[in-house]
Amino acid sequence: MSIILTQSFTGISIGAVLLLIALGLSLTFGQMGVINMAHGEFIMAGAYTVYLLQGPLSSAGMSLLVALPTAFLVAGAMGVLLEWLLIRRLYARPLDTLLVTWGVSLMLQQLARDLFGAPNVHTEIPGWLSGRVTVIGGDDPLTLTHARLFILALALAAVVALTLALRLTPLGRRIRAVVQHRDLAEASGIATARVDRITFFIGSGLAGLAGVALTLVGPIGPTMGTNVIIDAFLVVVVGGIGQLRGAVIAAFALGVLQAVMEYSTTVSVARVTVLIAIVAFLQWRPQGIYTLRTRSLA
Amino acid sequence: MTDFLHRRRAPAGYALAAVLLFALAPLLLSDFRLGQFARYLCIAIVAVGIALAWGRGGMLVLGQGLFFGVGGYAMAMHMKLADAGPGGLPDFMLLYGTADALPWWWEPFRSPAVALAAVLLLPMGLAAVIGWFVFRRRVRGAYFAILSQALAAAFAILLIGQQATTGGSNGLTDFQGFFGYSLLDPVNRRTVYFVIAATLLALMLLTRQIFHSRYGELLVAVRDAEERVRFLGYDPALVKLAAYVASAGMAGVAGALFVPAVGIISPALIGIVPSIQFVIGAAIGGRASVVGVVLGAIAVAWAQTVLSEEFPSAWTYFQGGLFVVVIAFLPGGIASLWQLATRRRARTEAVTAA
Amino acid sequence: MPKARGHRLLTTVLALLTAVVMTACGARTGEDTPAGRVAEVDTSADTIKVGLLNSLSGTMAISEVTVRDALLLAIDEINAAGGVLGRQIEPVSEDGASDWPTFAEKAEKLIRQDRVAAVFGCWTSASRKAVLPVFERNGSLLFYPVQYEGLEQSPSIFYTGATTNQQIVPALDYLREEEGVESLYLVGSDYVFPRTANRIIKAYAEEHGIEIAGEDYAPLGSTEFATIANKVQAAGADAVFNTLNGDSNVSFFREYQALGLTAESMPVLSVSIAEEEVRSIGAQTLAGQLTSWNYYQTTPSAANERFVAAYQAEYGEDRPTSDPMEAAYTSVHLWAAMVEEAGSFEVADVRAAADGITFDAPEGTVTVDGETQHLHKTNRIGRIGADGLITEVWSSKTPIRPDPYLRAYEWARGLAAGDRS
Repeated sequence: MSIILTQSFTGISIGAVLLLIALGLSLTFGQMGVINMAHGEFIMAGAYTVYLLQGPLSSAGMSLLVALPTAFLVAGAMGVLLEWLLIRRLYARPLDTLLVTWGVSLMLQQLARDLFGAPNVHTEIPGWLSGRVTVIGGDDPLTLTHARLFILALALAAVVALTLALRLTPLGRRIRAVVQHRDLAEASGIATARVDRITFFIGSGLAGLAGVALTLVGPIGPTMGTNVIIDAFLVVVVGGIGQLRGAVIAAFALGVLQAVMEYSTTVSVARVTVLIAIVAFLQWRPQGIYTLRTRSLA
Repeated sequence: MTDFLHRRRAPAGYALAAVLLFALAPLLLSDFRLGQFARYLCIAIVAVGIALAWGRGGMLVLGQGLFFGVGGYAMAMHMKLADAGPGGLPDFMLLYGTADALPWWWEPFRSPAVALAAVLLLPMGLAAVIGWFVFRRRVRGAYFAILSQALAAAFAILLIGQQATTGGSNGLTDFQGFFGYSLLDPVNRRTVYFVIAATLLALMLLTRQIFHSRYGELLVAVRDAEERVRFLGYDPALVKLAAYVASAGMAGVAGALFVPAVGIISPALIGIVPSIQFVIGAAIGGRASVVGVVLGAIAVAWAQTVLSEEFPSAWTYFQGGLFVVVIAFLPGGIASLWQLATRRRARTEAVTAA
Repeated sequence: MPKARGHRLLTTVLALLTAVVMTACGARTGEDTPAGRVAEVDTSADTIKVGLLNSLSGTMAISEVTVRDALLLAIDEINAAGGVLGRQIEPVSEDGASDWPTFAEKAEKLIRQDRVAAVFGCWTSASRKAVLPVFERNGSLLFYPVQYEGLEQSPSIFYTGATTNQQIVPALDYLREEEGVESLYLVGSDYVFPRTANRIIKAYAEEHGIEIAGEDYAPLGSTEFATIANKVQAAGADAVFNTLNGDSNVSFFREYQALGLTAESMPVLSVSIAEEEVRSIGAQTLAGQLTSWNYYQTTPSAANERFVAAYQAEYGEDRPTSDPMEAAYTSVHLWAAMVEEAGSFEVADVRAAADGITFDAPEGTVTVDGETQHLHKTNRIGRIGADGLITEVWSSKTPIRPDPYLRAYEWARGLAAGDRS
């Protein structure tokens, strides 16, 4: 019995990881139609931030907490740089952005290899994250690990903060205006280029946060970005472009589906099933769970 | 005079390519280097398909590894069964499998005719099914690119998971013969090279014909303004489907020829990264030009072999950097340099890349 | 552009193709093809060339670079001692780039272009399977230094790592006899070694009444192990037999620890984690867990002290030595001994001289078995310490005779229907 609950929680926590890695992407993809394949390397940058901070800050817990804002800034800065150097020249050619950013991701991976070495590095997990809470005791216990709960909390906090920022702040209004109708927004006096850059900063910064979270569950290495980037895109595609709530639902749905399938079959069958399910789903709703209604023909 | 030269340029170019491929390369290259060259030509065949689907059709096919793999496995299964002899089982099944009998879906591949047909028809059929659903529902652009990647990844995972019947992550390897001819004999290996070179040349010509046909014009029109084509009474889904299926067929043929040339097909050759690698060469060479993609694919594969040994780290920066610069600032690829240079002289049939 | 021109060209090309195929046909399958049969060793120079074929780039570089370093160390030692048959060894290093066709291509280059006397290297089964036909076709030699899944015996390969009856089977003996294990959970990466190892384990378990509580494979490089850890915990087996590769171990052990499982409550025996991997996974994550190898950095022997000292002097004090490195180092010395015995660099002579060649290796004395071309090796079960080193807790005492097809084991009957002997 409790295995069902355990597995549901596992699914939700896989979903939380997916949500974190896809959240920033959902923003940049949705805002500008920019497919940033280097998003995975921004995640990697966030993870290496934790690693670098663990040297000077000897406490694992401290370095993790310091790493959260630092990684956000580091990855965000990388995002702004990328936007300024390349992406702003390519807004009219979204598919080319995909390829260009893939080339960038190739170079960033090699940079990580040259800076930190090809082998994976590892970080200490702070003591307060290595334990677990017992929800149901007894012979057949249901336990939730602190690390997973932390990731879940972080993901939800990021979603709430982002939603509030988009809904309530003047900047958020400008961002939404640009998403809904770029030309009209520009005509109304919004500096769309600046809005784009800020959006890219936030989106990439969220990748940095995801990187910090990933250090709790897996290794830190030059190829960690490639391992997650496709999953992240699938979440965004299923969720629907430019829709935060879509990404949230998609991430948790895919996470739970993955967990259930993994439990009842094997990991590779689960992976294939999830991918096929996504293809089938897109038949039903080609624009994802939530569609942005526009009158545009393209 | 310039008009005459222009009209003769393409046939002369192909004749030159034929001389290079059939006379110079076999004469100048050692058996070992010729084998490598055969591998590059296989990649170039995939690139020709990419020029059709992406360069002209605007469909960013990031999952060609799927079709390359289907064609490759179809050929490899036949070669394995031919090696095993009538009624025999492939060696890896005896080692890793628990099955005493051949799985039913292997059985048809005993026949050379079926295998050859499958090399072409399986990838094309698969592409037709995928494309039918995808293009009908107007899934396009980035969605299509991500989707095709996901499918290539799924196929690789599926193959790895079925070790007893597919060879798992090792793939299929250790082939003795190719339609009855021993692959141990260098003469036969040279013949395989000739078959590959001839196939590449034939497919380049075919694709060129398609580009210059009414259908080719329609395909470019769909790429540039799908809705307008729809309003004109055409069905853009069918137009795209045809190009997608054709490119899948070419990838399948390339995969099938890759097997006797290189002697291995494995999931590592068909996943996400190899699928993107197929596109890199095409993009650098010039996505919309047949000669461009072929030269690009060969050059990138060759540079990979030569430079990655000497400077593994610098090579990655160079490849990534070149890719970024070409796509961002020269979307027509190296081929467009030629076009830029000649456009001033002859302003005819300017087929620029998107 | 006139269309007829294209059609005519197409026809011409097709005709040309047919002509080429008709005229350029070589031997049919089964016929002898002397032209491609034997690649001659280049003995024209004062030095003798050997090939080193390792991934220096790509995902496997982490592991394979250490093997290359150990190979170079052995070559330096032999050269310092006067070389082989009076000739200095000249290594030709090629990068397999973690890509199997590249391995095959580079093997072909080493054999046909450099005409090396022997090639040392490869790590993954996939790379070995990819180069095997190349070596067989050219009648050349490969020394393969990594423990592997057995079920292979090519005349062109000397296997200096453990086969299954020198690593998997003793590990099972240890778990059953010393730890009293009655149920096992099998966790592995999805590739040929774990799958084959687990088939052997299941056959063994059936014979000895051990319950297999579950079996799971994760795709290579996978880092999401929450579900597998849940399954392992729910199954409540006595021990876990772990054949996971590389990165996946980090994620697996993190989840395992987070669920409160420990080396005391449910020990994990790993067969793909050596000193080098311990360093990148983190010793505190692995402390107390078991491994099965033939060699550890701590193995007490005079030869090992020399090996570790020489290796660390060459490549750095902080570099650990591990089983595959030791097997690679040993392989070069064994080849040199075979050549000295044969008095010739020719492959046929070297193979003929191989049987019974011994070398005082860091792991103890190893002997070449001429029939299987594997080594007699001693198995050692080790426990990972908090300092990252592995200490031996049990050993098979005497070298185990290699048995790649497990013919001597009644329970393994039928595992390998395709016995190629």
